[in-house]
Amino acid sequence: MTSIFNMFGKSPIKPIEEHMSVVACCVGELTAFFKAVFAGDWQEAEIVQQKVSALEHDADTIKRDVRTNLPRKMFTSIDRSDLLALFLEQDLLANRAKDIAGIILGRRMVFPEHIIASFMIYFYRSIDATFQARTAINQLDELQEVGFSGKEVRIVEHMITQLETIEHETDVLQIQLRRSLQALENEWPPVEMMFLYRIVEWVGDLADQAQKVGARLQILIAS
Amino acid sequence: MSSISLDLIYILLACGAGLFMTWGVGANDLANIMSTTMGSKAITPRQAIVIAVLFEFAGAFFGSGQVTSTIRTGIININLVNPEVYLIYGMLAILMAGSVWMTLASVIGMPVSITNAIVGGLVGFGASVLGVDTIHWEMVRRIAISWVCSPLIAGLVSYLLFVLIQKRILSRSQPQLAMKKFLPIFLLGVGAVLSIMVVLKGFEHFGVHFPFIAGFGLVILTSALILSLGYGLLWRIPKASHDNLHGQLVYVEKVFGILMGITACAMVFAHGSNDVAIAVGPIAAVLGVVHSGETLSAATPIPTWAVALGAFGVVLGFLTYGRKVIETVGSGITALTPSRAFSATLAAATTVIVSTSTGIPVSATQTLVGAVLGVGLARGIGALNLTVIRNIFTSWVITIPATASICIVFFFILKASFKLMS
Repeated sequence: MTSIFNMFGKSPIKPIEEHMSVVACCVGELTAFFKAVFAGDWQEAEIVQQKVSALEHDADTIKRDVRTNLPRKMFTSIDRSDLLALFLEQDLLANRAKDIAGIILGRRMVFPEHIIASFMIYFYRSIDATFQARTAINQLDELQEVGFSGKEVRIVEHMITQLETIEHETDVLQIQLRRSLQALENEWPPVEMMFLYRIVEWVGDLADQAQKVGARLQILIAS
Repeated sequence: MSSISLDLIYILLACGAGLFMTWGVGANDLANIMSTTMGSKAITPRQAIVIAVLFEFAGAFFGSGQVTSTIRTGIININLVNPEVYLIYGMLAILMAGSVWMTLASVIGMPVSITNAIVGGLVGFGASVLGVDTIHWEMVRRIAISWVCSPLIAGLVSYLLFVLIQKRILSRSQPQLAMKKFLPIFLLGVGAVLSIMVVLKGFEHFGVHFPFIAGFGLVILTSALILSLGYGLLWRIPKASHDNLHGQLVYVEKVFGILMGITACAMVFAHGSNDVAIAVGPIAAVLGVVHSGETLSAATPIPTWAVALGAFGVVLGFLTYGRKVIETVGSGITALTPSRAFSATLAAATTVIVSTSTGIPVSATQTLVGAVLGVGLARGIGALNLTVIRNIFTSWVITIPATASICIVFFFILKASFKLMS
């Protein structure tokens, strides 16, 4: 017999938090990856790269599950297209982490000794943005609970503002890092240099992308 | 064949078909009524089963009188049915049609409402077989309006109730304090709905009429009782500190859990007073004609044992099948927080109770679905499956011609068979 129990669909809120948490883990693994790379331990680096890749795959699986469980006929508390857009932004974070690990491992890239310290500062700030985005996304079920209004909204809005500040800081750090790289251009192999620029850009993408997640979240709250 | 044994056959047929139909109601519908309650996890399946059995009986005994009368004499003008034995055939046919359609729909997987089946079937059959003039069209018009209005009103009420809860309690910086202010209002509200219907209507049912003051006092007394029961249960919930917003929200939801438990009683009561009454109506009509010989009137009392039979059938259906739905499906869904479930259920229960007390049968399930949609519109529910909701309302439209046709077929079968026997 059918019952009206079936009218309650699976809420997409929990999966979106779960997805973001997997994505943040994936990005977080890059810390161990860079440590291995700078120590010249390529074996360890490969193990960590595999982890990053596996986590990116897990995130994809969650995304696919939600998409199949969220047919058009679902009436959700969050607009369906906003929700799917948020998933997409979160997913791009994991993709970028996978790209970074992949290209460094694939090319066995070597970093100029004296930019490593400032690169790590820049990298840590970038992944801070991702973690901040996760903290904000984790408030979604509380937001749902209070019906997207009141004090909870202000708390999340504050988190998003902080996220923007972090992203802006990474921009400043990126400019400094590029300047240091430019000074090395004559002594470093040009092709290697090109890829170093690319890595710097991609690490910056982690912060940009985290900010986009925050922006999507803001749209969700406002709608 | 003597008329005594013919009467016995009529009664046995009415009871048999009635029992089967009420079994279906209990198996399917009663569990549906508990869906919001179970979804909120406010009470355990065991508590839900106890509430379902107790309050279904209470609803059937204390609240079903008006709707039973409507089905028995309010839709078909029994004075115009000639010969009167056609009324017996018709009522038996409608019971059989209701049973067959409910079973068939269950096999296809369509959620049907007994209210739509019996009322729609009676009107369709009466108008086409007994004659258009035999239908009380004024009553039919009122029922039709209430079928459209009850989900809408329940939806509007639940929407407003949830928005109120959201704005005044959940989104406050101190939800715990805000809840404290609203709690007595909610408890008194639920208490008043329950007590007005159970106490006043119930005693009226047994022929006891209170003067206004005494009745008013009685309602105040029962409401106060429910108020203190609520506070008694609340005592044990630990409060959160004033700077712990999350903890405060958890506390508030636990309080709504208790309110939900009390509201679930009202919802089941409403179901008992509506759905059992609908099934008992045709049985009471058959018994009325058989016992009074030629003169069934609206004044003929509804036999208590017929109500008991209907309530027994529903509870039996619930315990044999509906219970399993609650235990398996009910424990699997976590779709609603108690504040949402409370808003939807209280709105639906109130709408159904008010409607049945004026004798208008409505579908408790459809009303509840309307109320759930109301909360959904206030962005209260994670995801609602609109396909399922559309099916529920589609079945409402299909049920009417379907039961009417099946009823007509059964009527002619019964007419032909009894002609052969006599």
